Amino acid sequence: MRYIPVTEKDRKEMLIRCKADNIEQLFSSIPDDVRLKRPLNLPDAKSEMELIKYMQTIAAKNSNTGNYACFLGAGAYDHYIPSVIGHLVSRQEFFTAYTPYQPEISQGTLTAIFEYQTMICELTGMDVSNASMYDGASALAEACVISSSASRKKSEIIIVEDMHPEYRETAETYLKFRGIKHASMTVEQLLSADLTNTAGVCIQYPSFYGDIYDMDRIGKYVKENGSLLIVCANPVALALLKSPKDFGADFVVGEGQPLGMPLGFGGPYLGFFACVKEHMRKMPGRIVGKTTDVDGKTAYVLTLQAREQHIRREKATSNICSNQALCALMATIYLSVTGKEGFKQVAKRCVDNAHYVYEGLLKTGKFEKVSDLPFFHEFTVKPKEDITALNAYLFKYGFIGGHKTEKGWLVAVTEKRTKEEMDEFIKRAGEFNG
Amino acid sequence: MAELIFNLSKEGKCAFSLPESQVPSYEFDNKYTRMEDAQLPEVSEVDVIRHFTNISRHNYGVDQGFYPLGSCTMKYNPKLNEDVAKLQGFTALHPYQPEYQVQGALKAAYDLQQYLCEITGMSGATLQPAAGAHGEMTGIMIIKAYHQGRKDYKRTKMIVPDSAHGTNPASAATAGYDIVQVKSDDKGLVDIEALSSIMDEETAGLMLTNPNTLGLFESNIKKIAKIVHDMGGLLYYDGANLNAIMGIARPFDMGFDVVHLNLHKTMSTPHGGGGPGSGPVCVRKDLIKYLPKPVISKNNDGYFLDYDRKESIGRVRAFYGNYLVYIRALTYILTMGPEGLKKASETAVLNANYIMAGVKDNFMIPYDRFCMHEFVLSGSNQKDNYGVSTLDMAKRLLDYGYHPPTIYFPMIVHEGMMIEPTETESKETLDEFIQVMNKIAKEAEEDADLLHNSPHTTYVRRLDEVAAARNPVLRWEKD
Repeated sequence: MRYIPVTEKDRKEMLIRCKADNIEQLFSSIPDDVRLKRPLNLPDAKSEMELIKYMQTIAAKNSNTGNYACFLGAGAYDHYIPSVIGHLVSRQEFFTAYTPYQPEISQGTLTAIFEYQTMICELTGMDVSNASMYDGASALAEACVISSSASRKKSEIIIVEDMHPEYRETAETYLKFRGIKHASMTVEQLLSADLTNTAGVCIQYPSFYGDIYDMDRIGKYVKENGSLLIVCANPVALALLKSPKDFGADFVVGEGQPLGMPLGFGGPYLGFFACVKEHMRKMPGRIVGKTTDVDGKTAYVLTLQAREQHIRREKATSNICSNQALCALMATIYLSVTGKEGFKQVAKRCVDNAHYVYEGLLKTGKFEKVSDLPFFHEFTVKPKEDITALNAYLFKYGFIGGHKTEKGWLVAVTEKRTKEEMDEFIKRAGEFNG
Repeated sequence: MAELIFNLSKEGKCAFSLPESQVPSYEFDNKYTRMEDAQLPEVSEVDVIRHFTNISRHNYGVDQGFYPLGSCTMKYNPKLNEDVAKLQGFTALHPYQPEYQVQGALKAAYDLQQYLCEITGMSGATLQPAAGAHGEMTGIMIIKAYHQGRKDYKRTKMIVPDSAHGTNPASAATAGYDIVQVKSDDKGLVDIEALSSIMDEETAGLMLTNPNTLGLFESNIKKIAKIVHDMGGLLYYDGANLNAIMGIARPFDMGFDVVHLNLHKTMSTPHGGGGPGSGPVCVRKDLIKYLPKPVISKNNDGYFLDYDRKESIGRVRAFYGNYLVYIRALTYILTMGPEGLKKASETAVLNANYIMAGVKDNFMIPYDRFCMHEFVLSGSNQKDNYGVSTLDMAKRLLDYGYHPPTIYFPMIVHEGMMIEPTETESKETLDEFIQVMNKIAKEAEEDADLLHNSPHTTYVRRLDEVAAARNPVLRWEKD
């Protein structure tokens, strides 16, 4: 047993000290009728050599984005991950530590989270950020729950239609079980909707289909009607696009995966959650604050814990405990490496590449526009051919194609795509005849 | 004094470069763009490496030393798991790739579901929840869906023991339940009479950790299950303490209906300073239809994501869960095998009893009998006789190079200290820890101030947490 350092001799000595005749005696409180009388039916233990070979074989059955050029997005994006991130987050001090309950020996994690909170505030324009949520969808769901209780007069939530379908479903699950009413509508409907009972309006920015709406107009309408504005934003887009603060957001949440996390078949990712100061004491999850120690030295500590489950139990603002601290660290390192200029360059390159591919696809005559609104690094077009067949065709030529949606083919283009890849992608997509 | 990364910033520095662009530039209309740049740091790659390396040195991880943090199962995180989780065939997969491109990934997830079902005795599983509390919420929603599926709308309450983790009542509240607390009896177990008197037809179920948070096995579990089931309720298993019973007893056989596991505890995945965790939920057969969608399934054509689930509670997050975390857990289970897992539980229990035996001369043990994988001592002797609190003693442990145990939990123990050594610690480590604990007991007697003022040797000393909460400074600001 490689990971169990207690020897047979130790075991005997230890049992004597415990005043037990054998190991079995230590388990005497477990009644016989709930005992498992057979070995667990699991594969026999594998040695390290066998194990690595076995798992490599399984991994090799997957076609990965290292070998295929990825034009798929829809909530998870194939950005370049600087080498530095993997090296730093693998440091055991970060990697194998628990939640920083003992601040005297957790200043590494606490300092990094404080930096992370600052960066998220900078990107979103919000006053405060928490230490992270599970992912973008659950961050959105928690923002909906908190918004619904922010005012005594209003409690309903509106989710604008072009929200990522899985985010919508997640929010709906959270709201349904809390008994909170919610509705769905288009942006046009929203702009003339009666918001008397609406506590909060959620909108994705850019939308699931890639559209960048006139957020000033939306923000103005929502605020004038006394509702809260919850913006679910792509963090890379925030490098260039108008800050949600400037169109009146109260909460800005989103998926932080594009900030240095691998696609990883969907996780672990990073939910970011930020808001204006007014809602600070209702935020879910961990929050790090600055303080001093008894010698007056600057230090960081988990704070505002009176919101949390270990203090408030059923009255806590959320049940979240473990979150995605290491992913928040990845984002912090990513935003440090790319920095003020580099992060804008990444965003700009995504925009340029995406518009190049968009124009190229339209020129083939095999795709139609579905929107005249501006987009960031992802757009929807309507192919003349069947999307599943088109993607299968592209796969043969080394491409992971776009996502099949209700409105068409959702294509994402990041800074990683070379001109050769994009030209070939456009050519193959244009030549496909189903 | 450690600087923040922002203080290292200097205009013109950058740790990043892109290849030359070969496509035309696209410009947005001004009305769509930011008025002001986000103030991210401008630093060199060496700055980044040194900064994060230096702050990391003010942390304490399992690779450094003993971490007997009760209820958190801080066992060694095998390095092999990391190598496997870094294979490009897992890391570089987009969650929306068609199933035929990701058969390996789906197989890994499917196998893990099967293994977790075998370990818990259950029939179906979801790997979607991202952490323990997320699993609890999911599990309680499943219980609610079960009752509502039977057109039973009168159940509005969920019972939790007074020794439960705070996440239990908080999670039940997220599913819309009112909380009823059941007290513990003088043996530290669920008070059966009290339970009988509060369990009624308006109660949806009972959430229980077994062994419980005192490290004691609920020997009456069959009786408890009967009381709950007879009234039409379901029994929820909080898997926080599963490390005590793998291969020895299974939640299903005890009468539990829904279980969550913490892969970042029992299955050795690293905690990362507060996540990512993974909190899969396993259920008995008739509850499978309520699992969040999609469920990873298998037919003659291979593995697939089953979205066609009308009675599902819905989704609790996007995609399929913390995939790379559960790859690590799968690797661990395959490394340990059935005998290894059982041995892990046996050794975890032996190690906890060994420490308890070693410190009981100097500390009060409120429930003095064999414990499971952890035990709770009370610092009441030290507090009452010398004015030294459990917090003081925990802080003193920092001076001796340990991560302190969990303190003041469960709340039913006065000045409680919850010690969980796990199976990956050697007798030598335990002997040293016992010696230090006894030394601290002596220090409490002889020099209370030494403890009141501890820690003395850490990078920072005790913090002013009151000031932090009263006057929150939650971000860096430019001077």
